[in-house]
Amino acid sequence: MRNDKAWLAVLPVVIVVAFTAIVPLMTVVNYSVQDIFDVDTRIFVGLDWYRETLRDPRFIDALLRQVLFSGLVLAIEVPLGIWIARAVPREGPATAAFLIVLAIPLLIPWNVVGTIWQIFARPDIGLLGAAVTAIGLSYNYTGSALDAWITLLLMDVWHWTSLVALLAFAGLASIPRACYQAAELDGANAWQVFRYVELPRLRAVLTIAVMLRLMDSLMIYTEPFVLTGGGPGNSTTFLSQYLTTMAVGQFDLGPAAAFSVLYFLLILLLCWLFYTSVMKGGADDR
Amino acid sequence: MAWMAWTWPTAAFFASIVLALTAMTLAEMRWPTAERQGWLPLSTTRGDRFFISLLGSAFIHVLWLAATDLPVAGAGLLSLGYAAVVMTRG
Repeated sequence: MRNDKAWLAVLPVVIVVAFTAIVPLMTVVNYSVQDIFDVDTRIFVGLDWYRETLRDPRFIDALLRQVLFSGLVLAIEVPLGIWIARAVPREGPATAAFLIVLAIPLLIPWNVVGTIWQIFARPDIGLLGAAVTAIGLSYNYTGSALDAWITLLLMDVWHWTSLVALLAFAGLASIPRACYQAAELDGANAWQVFRYVELPRLRAVLTIAVMLRLMDSLMIYTEPFVLTGGGPGNSTTFLSQYLTTMAVGQFDLGPAAAFSVLYFLLILLLCWLFYTSVMKGGADDR
Repeated sequence: MAWMAWTWPTAAFFASIVLALTAMTLAEMRWPTAERQGWLPLSTTRGDRFFISLLGSAFIHVLWLAATDLPVAGAGLLSLGYAAVVMTRG
């Protein structure tokens, strides 16, 4: 006989999610179809804010920058994280030391990371900036869009590759020794061991790692805000920063709400596509 | 509830979503779903196809608004057709 009382255990989560996610999201949708002056003064405008936002060149530019940034971040951090995880010794006293060192960047608050890199990359007094300038390269992240992008990517890689590495290490540590011994008996080389022994068993943790990095990179705000302020020009202004300017700086609540809904749909679509393709790939492998 | 700035169209929209979810729950209790492969490139349950219908419909509206000034009812009709195809043959 089925015991449906177990569903009651889910009820607290449903209530918490309803009040922290669903009700605010519904409110944002309500705002997105109105011109809001105050609680009592609002005019229904239909889908005009959506139309306006979708045709705003600054929104489209920020969107393209956002997708490019997330793509680059994933393309660098995932392989690098796996490579670092494979290099960490599985046993012995050095393992704990490696893991602690890897965890340090994750413990630093995002605005502090931005501040660290703002100083670190300064061409006059920063270690990185001064070193690059000393070897004769022209580098100034406040004046050059390319330099600003490189600095932002370096900062994000420094901050978040550890997350991928730690998750990949946890996955690698759970692979039974017998799998490696069998591969050795079959004469598998290092690449074959990685491709056919390790990678299939890392699928679950890598899916989590990539989803976390994808969602987080799509929502990045604090670090670029502190490091470059979105500049030079608008070259590092991502969706979240443009949205904040609209909602908090200009107090355009209606357009900002429409922007938020579109932003949410984009993240939902990308995460669903990615999750589905990874899980489908896993099913095909089996 | 005034702080949520309700309007009749958004209330109707959310009510229809809640009704659809309720109908899906009742259908699941009466006729439990089984995974199947249609024209979509993955095996799906009824709930998966419902989600794909909703997400796809949202993006049909987004593309419609971005590309044309025609009445948005056109996107609504297109979405209904798309959802019907996904739910029955997806």
